[in-house]
Amino acid sequence: MNVKFNNNEIQLQRSDLAAIRDMIPEGAHILDLGCGSGRLLYALKTLKHAKVMGVEHDQQKILECAARGIPVIHASLDAALTDFRDDTYDYVILSRTIQSVQRPDIILNEMLRIGNRGIVSYMNFGHINARIQMLFGHMPVNRNLPLPWYNTPTIRPGTASDFKDLCKTLKIKICREIPLTNEGDYLRRLAVLWPNLFASNSIFVISK
Amino acid sequence: MAQESCSSSVGIVQPSDYLFEEELPLDCGRSLKGVVIRYETYGKLSPEADNAVLVEHALSGDAHLAGYHSPEDKKPGWWDDMVGPGKPFDTNKLFIVCSNIIGGCSGSTGPRSIDPDTGRRYDMDFPIITIADMVRAQERLMRHLGIKKWFCVAGGSMGGMLALQWGVSYPEAVNGTIAIATTARVSSQGISFNWVSREAIMNDQHWLDGNYEEQPQRGLATARMLAHITYLSDESMNHKFGRALQESPASNYEFAFSKDFRIESYLAHQGSKFVERFDANSYLYITRAIDYFDLSDCADGNLAGALKRVETPFLIVSFSSDWLFPAYQSKELVRALLDNGNDVTYCNIQSSYGHDAFLLETESLGSLISSYLTNLPWEPPE
Repeated sequence: MNVKFNNNEIQLQRSDLAAIRDMIPEGAHILDLGCGSGRLLYALKTLKHAKVMGVEHDQQKILECAARGIPVIHASLDAALTDFRDDTYDYVILSRTIQSVQRPDIILNEMLRIGNRGIVSYMNFGHINARIQMLFGHMPVNRNLPLPWYNTPTIRPGTASDFKDLCKTLKIKICREIPLTNEGDYLRRLAVLWPNLFASNSIFVISK
Repeated sequence: MAQESCSSSVGIVQPSDYLFEEELPLDCGRSLKGVVIRYETYGKLSPEADNAVLVEHALSGDAHLAGYHSPEDKKPGWWDDMVGPGKPFDTNKLFIVCSNIIGGCSGSTGPRSIDPDTGRRYDMDFPIITIADMVRAQERLMRHLGIKKWFCVAGGSMGGMLALQWGVSYPEAVNGTIAIATTARVSSQGISFNWVSREAIMNDQHWLDGNYEEQPQRGLATARMLAHITYLSDESMNHKFGRALQESPASNYEFAFSKDFRIESYLAHQGSKFVERFDANSYLYITRAIDYFDLSDCADGNLAGALKRVETPFLIVSFSSDWLFPAYQSKELVRALLDNGNDVTYCNIQSSYGHDAFLLETESLGSLISSYLTNLPWEPPE
């Protein structure tokens, strides 16, 4: 029961998590909404000595967070985040979660109420593979979006451009955009030029 | 299986009594003299005294937390699943202490003890005590055991209230807190159950204003039956009993007020078993202490304010079907701790067992406790 974690733990397999890890400064206060089993927070705590806190709704994942020594609150992101006071974190992270909540617009505002900056890892339904599948009349199911429409947690599909439009509407500043692609994707070099078509995933750093 | 549970048991344990002569001041303004505290310990205190964990029992619990008093004992201590070598409260690493609260009836000074001033039983002359008074008495035990600071204080239900109170009363003496299926302030509903329980006892003609020689059995059993319902859930009762009748094979109703349903005989059994091991006056005093529990009292109703000096990490656990101390009450506590910037882990464990889940959901609860204790940093006392 007493799981001890070795150094392999801080290796993050997902490229978006690795990118987020690299942009967090030393000793920052981090809140991760939908933190899963706490891998990212564990890496940030270990490597960046960050003061971390997670929010997660899945009980099994909470037990895994606890085993990693990551403080975590059992809550749904669709409920209000009013447990958290204004301006208490340097960064509020929402990794591959914004498309799984009822109201992405509300949660973006909440992130920037609680934190100074927000980091959103966003799955791009505008990626060329998704567009091709749509062209043939089907919702995309591929490596990045593995589940069919009827049981995917991604209930709010959208493209990277849609996200930017939303930020404009909410008067949220996008400070940084990092388009990401999969290993071995032969079009990956194009992602920097045309992220909405060639990035499978984008990271946005946002602020008020 | 039997062998496995044997090997992870703390084995045969003996309770100890600590008598302190120095008067114990109480919240009500009175004080107690010659207080005895019954306690048990498991594991070894390290030379640095940095591994001591205080486990608090619930309303009807006692100091017998784990293991057996004699080889003939049929049942182990009340949280034996959780305490022992390799268990979540790991006695290979930790020194575990459990003490009977004052006001109780299992060895510590309570209403049935002798008042040294009069040489007679206190009974209803026993002062009204609070959760904070119980903690004040335990602080003396802590010093007696050579401990300056608990590595952790943990408890479920009323035990959780004591664990929370410890941090507020003695922030310098607590390194971590585990509060399970509990609340920072007892709600109107909680007070109501206690009121009806006490009415049942005090209206029993055998109670004799508390001066009984024989327990007021009916009253105490009724109080226990009511309380027992609040420890279960609609779902667990349906699952365990449904509308099953006593007679099996079930044929018909008796068309009488005798015990037709299995749930009725189950409750009656719980009531009569309780009378054998618990004292009616203690029940009155302890439930009153629970009623009066509101951690925020010391900060004009501001819970975060009350917890301001408590800077330790917390583990808070509630259970989805607990309607005695529902999850929202734990969440209120979590919010106050987040306000203060404490590290908090909070889990609302999915369970159909109701309030009793804190004794039954040993796997998920055990995993949380074990993880919390493993990762809890030690801040030495100043």
